[in-house]
Amino acid sequence: MQLTPEFLLKTKLRLLQMHYESGVGHIGGNLSCFDILMALYHNVLGPLDKFVLSKGHSAGSLYVTLWSLGLLSDDDLKTFHKDGTRLSGHPPVHGIPEIAFATGSLGHGLSLSAGLALAKKLKREKGRLFCLTSDGEWNEGSNWESLIFSRHHQLNITLIVDLNGLQGFGRTCDIADLEPLAEKFRVFDLSTLEVDGHDVEAVTAALRPDGDGPRVVVAKTKKGQGVSFMEGLFEWHYLPLSKESYQRAIEELTSICEMHSETL
Amino acid sequence: MRNAFRNALIELAADPAFVFLTGDLGFQALEPLREKMGERFINAGVAEQNMVSVAAALAKEGLRPWVYSIAPFLYARAFEQIRNDVCLHGMPVILVGNGGGYGYGVMGSTHHAIEDYGTLLSLQGMRAYIPAFDCDVSEVSRNLMRADHPAYMRLGLSEQPKWFSPPPFAAWRHLLTGAGPTIAIAGPLAGGILDAVRESEISADVWLVSELPVTELPREFLSSLRRSDYLMVIEEHVSAGGLGQMLAHQLLLACAAPSQFVHRKALGYVSRRYGSQRFHRAESGLDPASIVAELHRAVMV
Repeated sequence: MQLTPEFLLKTKLRLLQMHYESGVGHIGGNLSCFDILMALYHNVLGPLDKFVLSKGHSAGSLYVTLWSLGLLSDDDLKTFHKDGTRLSGHPPVHGIPEIAFATGSLGHGLSLSAGLALAKKLKREKGRLFCLTSDGEWNEGSNWESLIFSRHHQLNITLIVDLNGLQGFGRTCDIADLEPLAEKFRVFDLSTLEVDGHDVEAVTAALRPDGDGPRVVVAKTKKGQGVSFMEGLFEWHYLPLSKESYQRAIEELTSICEMHSETL
Repeated sequence: MRNAFRNALIELAADPAFVFLTGDLGFQALEPLREKMGERFINAGVAEQNMVSVAAALAKEGLRPWVYSIAPFLYARAFEQIRNDVCLHGMPVILVGNGGGYGYGVMGSTHHAIEDYGTLLSLQGMRAYIPAFDCDVSEVSRNLMRADHPAYMRLGLSEQPKWFSPPPFAAWRHLLTGAGPTIAIAGPLAGGILDAVRESEISADVWLVSELPVTELPREFLSSLRRSDYLMVIEEHVSAGGLGQMLAHQLLLACAAPSQFVHRKALGYVSRRYGSQRFHRAESGLDPASIVAELHRAVMV
């Protein structure tokens, strides 16, 4: 499926609908990484590649991305956050073959990716590992352990950081300032690119190159991207959508897409 | 026991799925294993959280990862990684903690492991193995290489008496047959207690439990309890989550609780002073002399 603006809009609207119907928050962080996941799954991931979503609170975006590939059904999405669902608020252990590991507690995904990449290396198997973390997640010491390990063993991992500048209870710069984060990775002697995380073509171009060791793509994003009253506000890390805010969000996203189509 | 462990793993090193990870420990012990395993021996550095998650992912890919460290650095430091990445996913990762109980003695309390198996056995699918004698280690290791569940092996220092030949490894072993008090022990301290009981001439019925949780009670053990109506449980572990609590629970469920139940366990740091494993055991009443004194009281009653 080609990633046209219309298709991206359709899937983004489905993400909003799913969150609205289930009354679930975390929409801000889902919107900040949604374009990255779509670019990764539609344009980059090959059959031998694997992905680990370390920022498990963006499970909604992952589910809708899998839905956009026909790997989850519309009926599946309707069960999001409901009793008996496979689609828990954070990626599940059981029930979705495309999801290798349940995540949600931050600072696990990169180490799990390192283990999967190490297994490929030991078994002489082809394929790459991709891991998406948040930026606030780099408060976690385990991530730095994993970075050291992955570099030392020259594991074939592409780390993507969703750099939206906001975390659970404020701005990252006010809580544990790590900016410029990309420079920290460069100091680790890692090949590091910085891209606009909402430019699907740029994200695709940054993720495509393969290499022998770990690479980092720092994707600059906006929490709540595309919805003016959400953008840049950390409250939308948690808040569920009201009926009114849902309608406004749909209208805004639709009009942005229409403007984009006219420009094209 | 560490050398017995190394030798056991060298025997198993030919398995191409076997991967050994250490948290930068093994000096003057694991070098031969490193030589034997080549790239499948991974010193993951002083980074236990990462090491455990890496192991979980290796297991997910069909490999057989073993993770080694000083016990508390493993089960306490990386607890969430063990919980989420290993146990919630049912990964057959083998965790090996050296220095069970007060094994690291005067090195200090940060190195002690007196709440290890109780902590780990609260997790989904986890089983704990507590070899008591050097000869147990190879049998446990062979079994764990085929395990389909997460596991923890607690290593200590074998105290096998020269006169005693242990029965083959099993979850329950009957070490001494006697007409007096029934005793159930976990761990290598069984060796010193065997010596002391033999010298005391108390006719104790001594059992060793080496695999937890306790899921069944041997018929012969229940017969022993019916006869003695007395059970002493001895373990170098705190009360919470330990063998004593497990046995009490199982005995209540089986309506087989004896009228006298004594639990000798790790009490922590009673005097707030530090010393050898022997020192800490004595402070907790786990030394052979204290055990025998307690048994004499039981016999007198």
